[in-house]
Amino acid sequence: MTAIAAERPRERRTFRLREATWRVLLFLLVLAALWGLWEGYRWLWMREHWTWPFVVDDTSMPHIHDFLRALFEVTRPGGPLLISDLLKAAAFTAREAAVGFAMGAVGGFALGVLLAHFRVLQRGLLPYVVASQTIPILVIAPMVVVYLGSRGVPAWFSVSVIAAFLTFFPVTINTIRGLQSADRRALELMRSYAAGRWRVLWKLRFPAALPYIFAALKVSATASIVGAVIGELPSSIQDGLGGQILNYSQYYTIQPRGLWATNVIAALLGIAFFLVVLLAEKLVVRRAPENVA
Amino acid sequence: MSVVEITGVTKQFGRGGTTALQGIDLAIEEREFVSLIGPSGCGKSTLLRIIGDLVQPTSGSVTVNGKPARQARVDRDYGIVFQDPVLYDWRTVAKNIALPLELARWDRRRRAERVKAMLELVELQGFEGHHPWQLSGGMQQRVSIGRALSFDPALLLMDEPFGALDEMTRERLNMELLRIWEASGSTIVFVTHSIAEAVFLSTRVIVMSARPGRISDVVPIDLPQPRTGATREEPRFFELVTRVREALHMGADLERAGAEAEATA
Repeated sequence: MTAIAAERPRERRTFRLREATWRVLLFLLVLAALWGLWEGYRWLWMREHWTWPFVVDDTSMPHIHDFLRALFEVTRPGGPLLISDLLKAAAFTAREAAVGFAMGAVGGFALGVLLAHFRVLQRGLLPYVVASQTIPILVIAPMVVVYLGSRGVPAWFSVSVIAAFLTFFPVTINTIRGLQSADRRALELMRSYAAGRWRVLWKLRFPAALPYIFAALKVSATASIVGAVIGELPSSIQDGLGGQILNYSQYYTIQPRGLWATNVIAALLGIAFFLVVLLAEKLVVRRAPENVA
Repeated sequence: MSVVEITGVTKQFGRGGTTALQGIDLAIEEREFVSLIGPSGCGKSTLLRIIGDLVQPTSGSVTVNGKPARQARVDRDYGIVFQDPVLYDWRTVAKNIALPLELARWDRRRRAERVKAMLELVELQGFEGHHPWQLSGGMQQRVSIGRALSFDPALLLMDEPFGALDEMTRERLNMELLRIWEASGSTIVFVTHSIAEAVFLSTRVIVMSARPGRISDVVPIDLPQPRTGATREEPRFFELVTRVREALHMGADLERAGAEAEATA
């Protein structure tokens, strides 16, 4: 009796290569389609002078090639290119977000393990954990910055704390869900091996929870960037993307391309974080192909 | 000393709820192959789990290898196989078989040797690097059996292990199980729905009836060992199958009579 998916290694490699090229092509195709959609919408609305849902002009919808070109122009005579400014700012924000993400992921996971194992704690604490996320971040951010600042914590770390705050919740919720997702029969099996609670955690619950945890980490990856950018605003940090966004939003009516260009860089940063988590998932989670969330 | 001794075991779920088992007395000797057969609700799976200390009896006692069931579980004196192979998707076949050995803190070399031996026993050499989803149902069950036997337990508990497989795979795995039973020298308690399977595999068939769950008959199987494909075609085989079937019908009659008595009481 032969196994179901017994392909020869070489066939599998060329299959993967072809699949990868297809994915890249598809991505470029979608990108081109969106670009076409943007330009088409712009052209049509401006030609027909339609005003619904919003007036289309150079401010609200500049040409895509316009603000992409703006990236490669200098911000002031003899100064650096816009893109280099933005990339430096993005790197700064990325560091804050990464630290925040790490803290939030670890903390969220630990809290999830605790709440999954002690039902009493879960029932008691979970409502407060949920409630904490409903407070607008723009309210919490200044409080955190001011409090930590008064304790001598550097401003960028306060931003990381804010990013962690936005990161931990999905991780906690999904950790609880994942840890409790273990099959009843698998737990019986563990009992038949006289395995203690923590060994069951390490050998059964944790691996079973990984797909859920990575799903949460993907959400958190982008949430940590949002948290970092918002956190920079009350901290008056100039070096990050938050500062750049503030700056260019002030010039938006005069020179909209700057803000749009900033958007592009911020989006790319979010995508980069997401891809890192995706890559980590591919390396860590070995599952039947359909089972990866 | 019997491998398993069950005395006066009763199991009631919930206060005044269903009586899954009532007054079960059973002794299983070394190297026996005992099948538990009966209709749904007769408590055979519950009884198996009570032997394995996965369910506590409401009253009565169970000793395995001379110890209380709980101690036998802690000492890992038995292996268990469910109808669902319950393999871990994230582990390879080899690592799945090694799971109980890891929990028993065997060192790496001993584990590797034993996994190799188990793969040979269940005839899955060459599949150590595969993942469960790459195997057919029958192969997954064989991995499950290999895992259950990996730490060489004296007792093997099996809860309808071939129930989800097709007839042909089932018959093949029956032969393999008998071969494994011979090779490992273990005692097997086997829960099944299939009369033919019970008669073919066992040295003794315990017929159970439901409501309340109890043993209604014990049928010793005197077919020659080792059993072969031809055994299924012997007249004695059919006689025994008929005997078991009649015992099951009688059990069903008992159950119905009991239900009527309850209704009219």
